[in-house]
Amino acid sequence: MRTRTLRLEPVVFNTFNAVIMIALAVVTLYPFLNTLAVSFNAGNDTVRGGIYLWPRIWTDQNYKAVFAGGTLYHAFWVSVARTVIATVLSLFLTSMLSYAVSRREYVFRKPVTLLIVLTMYFNAGLIPSYFLMKDLHLLNSFWVYVIPGLISAFNMIVIRTYMQTLPEGLIESARVDGAGDFRTFFSIILPLCQPVLATVALFVAVGQWNSWFDTFIYASSKQSLSTLQYELMKLLSSASLSNSNPSVANSSNPGAVHNMVTPMSIRAAITIVASVPILIVYPFLQKYFVHGMQLGSVKE
Amino acid sequence: MASAPKAITSKTAAAMTAAPKSSLFKRMRGQKQLMLMSLPILLYVLLFAYYPIWGWTMAFQKWRPGTPFSQQEWVGFKHFKFLFKDDTFLLVLRNTIGMSLINMVSGFVTAIVFAILLNEIKNKLYKRSIQTISYLPHFLSWIIVTGIVANALSVDGGIINVVLMKLGFIHEPIMWLSKPHYFWGIVGASHVWKEVGWNAIIYLAAITSIDPSLYEAAEIDGANRYKKMLHITLPGIRSIVIILLIMNLGWIMDAGFEVQYLLGNGVVVDWSQTIDIFVLKYGLQIGNYSLATAAGIFKTVVSITLIFAANTIAKRFGEDRLI
Repeated sequence: MRTRTLRLEPVVFNTFNAVIMIALAVVTLYPFLNTLAVSFNAGNDTVRGGIYLWPRIWTDQNYKAVFAGGTLYHAFWVSVARTVIATVLSLFLTSMLSYAVSRREYVFRKPVTLLIVLTMYFNAGLIPSYFLMKDLHLLNSFWVYVIPGLISAFNMIVIRTYMQTLPEGLIESARVDGAGDFRTFFSIILPLCQPVLATVALFVAVGQWNSWFDTFIYASSKQSLSTLQYELMKLLSSASLSNSNPSVANSSNPGAVHNMVTPMSIRAAITIVASVPILIVYPFLQKYFVHGMQLGSVKE
Repeated sequence: MASAPKAITSKTAAAMTAAPKSSLFKRMRGQKQLMLMSLPILLYVLLFAYYPIWGWTMAFQKWRPGTPFSQQEWVGFKHFKFLFKDDTFLLVLRNTIGMSLINMVSGFVTAIVFAILLNEIKNKLYKRSIQTISYLPHFLSWIIVTGIVANALSVDGGIINVVLMKLGFIHEPIMWLSKPHYFWGIVGASHVWKEVGWNAIIYLAAITSIDPSLYEAAEIDGANRYKKMLHITLPGIRSIVIILLIMNLGWIMDAGFEVQYLLGNGVVVDWSQTIDIFVLKYGLQIGNYSLATAAGIFKTVVSITLIFAANTIAKRFGEDRLI
């Protein structure tokens, strides 16, 4: 009896475990695959329902509508621009700051670190921030996407902690060779930080690419500054309208080609366009960001 | 190093006083490049994170736009008193705390369970694939996630209704998003769906850092899989769980904004609005900036108090401090 339960137990457990893991994978992947199928299916056909994992009537009209050169195409490029510019700037400034506060001999190390880490725990709030943007003339400006969020305390901690794990001898020998901090930082430390920089770049880029609230609050009155996520958000509200009234669906969409494109189908196409760049990149950075998350959880 | 914070204020004094301070001054002179690398960035942070706190004065004024500060009318705590008598605000407060607690508890439990189950998988490729899939939703924006949730819950052909009907649990589709009492649960489930894999990263790391000899010793003593989980794995991640738990308590006023804003609708408004939505509505949409700022201050002050309380409690329990 005893030996039997012992042999049976791992099988039961592993089966149970596998069922949970596979269920989790299905629940995670299905909505994405379903959206993919809808994005390649004719919009007027999707309304009839029953599209699960494969399109019934193939079309690339939804994607053509996104990239047709209209507002969506423009929004796509605004998203690309803000992501690239903010990621480069943020990475540069955050790593430079991290280098300074990673130096034990730096007299302002503690106050600078403390003042920046504290920003993780409080927030002046929406209204005061809004008026600050207004006073700085950042409202309805492209730079409102880039400038306010360049430094994140979390990213600083992650990079600084990584830098502190580098052998101190590297910096000392650079010193002996007469290198100042700028040269040490650029030519010795920065190249060694590639893994952590990749992690932080992913964090910043994802945050930028996925952002819509700043468009909504600071730049919604300027169509030329609209981003892909913001267009998606607008479609989300118009699509819930169109569920009850199909005629609204067709008339509200300027790119409609013989009803092949509906707000729902174009939403699926934008969702795919908006998620694919990230989904292609993140598995390759997995090893790094898992490590980065662990560094970040190490407190000050 | 302990004297460093003082150095900011006593920069000029340092030059003329005692010897250790003048050596500090000398050290500062040798660190021009480090200062150049960090102080302008600190100024930037002071401008964008600290300076707006000045705007809190609005909450104590009958603030009118375009009027100079000296001519604003001061009203003391009037707006705060109004908030706590306002039924909408009390509802909003209840929703914020309720949804936060649901998100926190379900987030912790699912992430820990997932990490423990994942840790039991011995096949590396299988384990890695599941992990990679589990991170996916974390990288999607709330716009996309709420779109997916709304699709899945939709009355005509939403997968949840389809599956429940095929299994015979329900006979007609449920209008999930129009039922006020389901809203908190839907938000909680959306959070779990999006973040369970991501949140498990830290627990998995903690589990893998547990000394394997503990498991071996337990095996010799005849402990089975569940005993080992209960007596080695769980105690092994106890301190990281406690740290994260109290850290999250500080964010109890941040129930999130995006999910509720995007999934909420007129029918469920009494259960979906959070403080952040309240601030947005009263501030930027209605134009009652003072009241909205007061609500924002309340939120921040509660958060900071909780963080410091949590910090003290953590210290008393012998855990590492957070800040």
